[in-house]
Amino acid sequence: MTEPDDRSSLKRLDERLKAARSRSDRSQGKNTPDKGATGNMGVGFRIAVELVSALAVGVGIGLLLDHWLGTKPWMMILFFILGVGAGFTNLIRVARELDRKSRLARQSKDADKGKEG
Amino acid sequence: MAAGEKHSPVDQFKITSFSGEPTTIGGFDISFTNSSMAMLVTVLTITLFLVLSMRGRALIPGRWQSCAEICYEIVANMLRDNVGSEGRKYFPFIFSIFMFVLFGNFIGLIPGSFTFTSHIIVTFVMAAVIFVGVTVIGFVRHGLGYFRMFFPHGAPAWTAVILVPIELVSYLSRPVSLSVRLFANMVVGHVLLKVIAGFVIALGIFGVVPLAFLVGITALEFLVAALQAYIFTILTTIYLHDAIHMH
Repeated sequence: MTEPDDRSSLKRLDERLKAARSRSDRSQGKNTPDKGATGNMGVGFRIAVELVSALAVGVGIGLLLDHWLGTKPWMMILFFILGVGAGFTNLIRVARELDRKSRLARQSKDADKGKEG
Repeated sequence: MAAGEKHSPVDQFKITSFSGEPTTIGGFDISFTNSSMAMLVTVLTITLFLVLSMRGRALIPGRWQSCAEICYEIVANMLRDNVGSEGRKYFPFIFSIFMFVLFGNFIGLIPGSFTFTSHIIVTFVMAAVIFVGVTVIGFVRHGLGYFRMFFPHGAPAWTAVILVPIELVSYLSRPVSLSVRLFANMVVGHVLLKVIAGFVIALGIFGVVPLAFLVGITALEFLVAALQAYIFTILTTIYLHDAIHMH
């Protein structure tokens, strides 16, 4: 007697859960562009720190080597250039990662639209 | 302005010892400072929060248990997305780092308290431990093959002369960028709050304008506190991924 009742109520619960989940997914998708302003600030800050820290590490290594080897300006100049290179390598890596992430987000949004339409 | 000198915006970052004068052992200053106090309070708060909220172990979580479970899930998902199933055994460490930075940032926002993440030595030591740990994990898993990390796949052999030093500097810059990012964000936010708070008194009746501004910035600082803890943890997991999978 209670068995079929239970099952139907479970089914109804399942349907309601599914509906609620898709609703929350959709509202989350809508919310992503709102995060843009602070997100962009974060990205800008991240790239700046990445560039500067690579340069600082390069110059630091150069100065240390100069101190040990007694080759006053040369190691610093060499590692300054290497630091710039490392900074740009970091920058390209961050940009690639962000590109991949935004493409993934766009793809999932497109898939959502396809399901709705 | 005498009052301005007394309450400079960077005064909040000053480390003071509780006993008044530094306690030294063998030339090292080991005094219990306000920074140590803030860390102790942070660890105690995290422990109390997690232990008390999970005491019920209910199947359907209450409010507090939900909070604790959200923290767990954020880190667990981050680890699964970035590292994969091999990252499972590093979960306790990553979770500790996330909670320590998150609660440290938040407790620092309480007026009159101390933000230990605004000191570069604190963030740098955390970043250095992560850096050394990740490098050791890389060498343990790949042996000497981990050195291939410093040479991109498929590049012609003669470019190694330029690329290897560049990759080496790039690799060494990781702990620096990791620590500077957290430290700079916290310092900038707290100095900004204090400077604008100074305007509120100086402008008299027109002080309501910076006061309104201050409300917005305080909200932004809460966001930054959570965001920086998140970024610090996610970069840790990315470095762990590099050590385990080598790109």
